[in-house]
Amino acid sequence: MDFLKIFGREDVSSKDIAKERLRLILVHDRANVSPKFLEMIKSQLINIISDYMEIEEDGMEIKLTRMKKDEEITVPALVANIPIRKMKHLAKI
Amino acid sequence: MSQVLVITSGKGGVGKTTTTANIGTGLALYKQRKVVMVDADIGLRNLDVVMGLENRIVYDLVDVTHGLCRLKQALIRDKRFENLYLLPAAQTKDKTAVTPEQMEKLCDELRKEFDYVLIDCPAGIEQGFKNAIAGADKAIIVTTPEVSAVRDADRIVGLLEASGFEEPKLLINRIRPDMVKRGDMMSIDDMIDILAIELLGVVPEDEKIVVSTNRGEPAVADESSRAGQAYRNITRRIEGEEVPLMTLEEVEPTFMDKLRMLFGLKNRTAKGDGAKWTF
Repeated sequence: MDFLKIFGREDVSSKDIAKERLRLILVHDRANVSPKFLEMIKSQLINIISDYMEIEEDGMEIKLTRMKKDEEITVPALVANIPIRKMKHLAKI
Repeated sequence: MSQVLVITSGKGGVGKTTTTANIGTGLALYKQRKVVMVDADIGLRNLDVVMGLENRIVYDLVDVTHGLCRLKQALIRDKRFENLYLLPAAQTKDKTAVTPEQMEKLCDELRKEFDYVLIDCPAGIEQGFKNAIAGADKAIIVTTPEVSAVRDADRIVGLLEASGFEEPKLLINRIRPDMVKRGDMMSIDDMIDILAIELLGVVPEDEKIVVSTNRGEPAVADESSRAGQAYRNITRRIEGEEVPLMTLEEVEPTFMDKLRMLFGLKNRTAKGDGAKWTF
């Protein structure tokens, strides 16, 4: 594959890159999500989850993206990546 | 029933003014409609130049809304095309010189006299945009096959819907079939897929647009211009005719074409790529 790149041929056509970038941009534009808004969600998530487990706040990542629902349809998705340090056992009922 | 159409895009430089000039001329020339084109880009007027009418301006839109002249005094009749008029923008004022209410009133005045009122909207989403859409019934959104232009078009779709516009139509400008074929430009389907609005027409990139703008003569009147043909089709669609959107015919290059290509005498992408596009 590498020798193809030498001749300036990439596997993905530039219009597909444009289309995918646009899709992602429009997910954000249409949802009208500002970084501040995401920060708000993040801090509230931390609040709730902290009752049940100890989490690594610095390693936490939250973003708006697109996800394949099935072969044809992709839908906007909120993806949160939350590293857990250890479980709290307060929640035992 | 007269119609007030606004031609808008969000992003600048995608061809709003060229589109307004060509659709306006097309409707007057081929459909004998009485048409007025209103330049709503106050402070940066250009429609007069594209139409070659810049030497005939006496009064402008702001003079009319401020009551400094009568509407009829500000309208410039295009002597080349019967029934075609231009209401130029002011060049020395800015967008705040007019309010949406004044524009609405102006459009209603023009509606009484004309079959079509075409409003050339300025770039952006601020006051100038709000003025331009205030009196309009329908909207045409112009975009080009670029990420930035499509993004802005999507924003405009949202803003128009929020202002109560039903079904704005899409005009894709400056498409290059050779690049689409190579996969280096978004196709018509790609853009409709993303924007999810109805397509009014597609205009190919055409050097003749530059030439016609140089001369101040709209390309729609040039029978040999491909972009002009595309605008003639769009004109007919606005009139409610069913004109097939686009067909792609594969035409085999002739033996002589292949020979010329082989010796580099013929530009592959210009004509000899074997594809014939109609718009």
